[in-house]
Amino acid sequence: MVEASGIKEIIKPENLAYRKTQILTDNTLSYCPGCAHGTIHRILAEIIDEEGLQSQTIGVSPVGCSVLMYNYIDVDIQQAAHGRAPAVATAIKRLLPDRFVFTYQGDGDLAAIGTAETIHACNRGENILIIFVNNGIYGMTGGQMAPTTLPGMKSSTSPYGRDVKTMGNPLKMTDIVATLEGSYYVTRQSVHTPANVRKTKKAIRKAVQYQKLDRGTCFIEIVANCPSGWKMTPVQSNKWMEETMFPYYPLGDLKTPVE
Amino acid sequence: MEKELRLMKGNEAVAEAAIRAGTDGYFGYPITPQSEILEYLMEANPSQTTGMVVLQAESEVAAINMVYGGAGCGKRVMTSSSSPGISLKQEGISYIAGAELPCLIVNVVRGGPGLGTIQPAQSDYFQSVKGGGHGDYHLIVLAPSSVQEMADFVDIGFELAFKYRNPVMILSDGAIGQMMEKVYLSPQKERSKVSPDWATTGKQSTRERNIITSLDLDSNCQEVFNLKLQAKYDEIKEKEVRFEEFLCEDAEYLLVAYGTSARVCQKSVQLAREQGIKVGLLRPITLFPFPTKRINMLAQQVKGILSVEMSAGQMVEDVLLAVNGKVPVIHFGRMGGIVTTPEEVVENLKFKIIGD
Repeated sequence: MVEASGIKEIIKPENLAYRKTQILTDNTLSYCPGCAHGTIHRILAEIIDEEGLQSQTIGVSPVGCSVLMYNYIDVDIQQAAHGRAPAVATAIKRLLPDRFVFTYQGDGDLAAIGTAETIHACNRGENILIIFVNNGIYGMTGGQMAPTTLPGMKSSTSPYGRDVKTMGNPLKMTDIVATLEGSYYVTRQSVHTPANVRKTKKAIRKAVQYQKLDRGTCFIEIVANCPSGWKMTPVQSNKWMEETMFPYYPLGDLKTPVE
Repeated sequence: MEKELRLMKGNEAVAEAAIRAGTDGYFGYPITPQSEILEYLMEANPSQTTGMVVLQAESEVAAINMVYGGAGCGKRVMTSSSSPGISLKQEGISYIAGAELPCLIVNVVRGGPGLGTIQPAQSDYFQSVKGGGHGDYHLIVLAPSSVQEMADFVDIGFELAFKYRNPVMILSDGAIGQMMEKVYLSPQKERSKVSPDWATTGKQSTRERNIITSLDLDSNCQEVFNLKLQAKYDEIKEKEVRFEEFLCEDAEYLLVAYGTSARVCQKSVQLAREQGIKVGLLRPITLFPFPTKRINMLAQQVKGILSVEMSAGQMVEDVLLAVNGKVPVIHFGRMGGIVTTPEEVVENLKFKIIGD
């Protein structure tokens, strides 16, 4: 036990177990309470910090909830048109091959309007990291059905539940990407528990290393909650995600490199 | 260094000029009648000489967004396509204009609408000059009328694009893209080693992070930004108008035509003068900015103007605005991929303007 008088001695920067990385700005996040984006931003920023990559990083933000990512992560960022982030990142990486280039995209952006750009960037094996945040819904526009919305799941454009006969089936983009010759490391993670946060962070760190080695496309899906879109509390949403989303989108590596 | 003389197609000239201009990246997708641009670049393989990146994208949409990404890094990047493909690029072009990125877009126009035809036309004038994509923006539009200009406008285009942080379009057509002429090529320029201070190249400790975006959710800020864009376009209108005149000094009648139509009209002027009709030709080289003031001045000298364009009459609207009712202005043009003949132009000048 530490004496109260000794507390001030202990609260020194060098003794703190946790502090905010300088790569995260002090701007107030625009994300809803309980949303996974804040956590994902943090671990991505931490990796950039820990790997000393700030001066070499160029990110691409999508159209969607994370469109304003450039307000929160203190690196050079380009905001891409809806779905086009992999094409934008392709050119950035080709023209500046020694930079760390990543895209950060939601499921509407990556798996609906940007399907062609995603598949072709991965198929060319563009040496970039694609972070794919899949919450099964269009968050920013107010909870419409996404390509990843589960069968029977209600949304503002599937108010009676997704009927796969008329609305199609949920698209497992990560599974598709894993089959492509150009993809190098493909994994599906989450950030809803501390253990999962650590696993996701580890996956991002691996992707950074693979990009340095010019290995091809690294693709990390993060199955995430959307408390506002799902109309649940953050705790309920995480429970629902475990029970309903994970069986459809099981966590784990889909393609592991043999080094 | 001396310029090199070659016999080339317009499409090949653009491609060779792009390499020589020190272009950093070209991103394209095949479409007739401009596929030679991508083919030429792939065969020339400049990645081995200048380090220029040449990439065949999965679509025109991807190609223009690659241009966005490369331009956002401060690189000299370009794409080319023909009408239907340029339509697909419009979203990206609007984002590029909104993010104020410099780039070069080549449109080797074919007849439309829809899949239309692969033959030359000038029916993309409105799309190129008035906007094309969403929002209040303008491209700087250069209209070559020869293979030489196809080559020359690459360098001029990049210069203007970087000067104004604005996308530039070379509005050509299938005839100029496909025809062969002699062309003097500039010596090889080195690719630029410096980046503009706004480019995303990796945040250095000496500066704030650079953000490339066209988004501003605050309406007041978005209006201020739009006013800034409009001021830029006004400056471009003031400083960058280019045109060429042919036998206008004593002209009683005037032809206004650009690109292939201007080449045809040059012959029409000679034919008409052989018949004793004093006619001149004004050829706009920039379509935006349009040579409004010069046409307005010429309208005080001539009795009537025939606006000649391979379209249903698009540029004629800008000629009418320039003339402002001073003299009759009438459009003549063929459509669907048919190139007007010099004789047809003279006939229409006589019939529609002179009146006999």
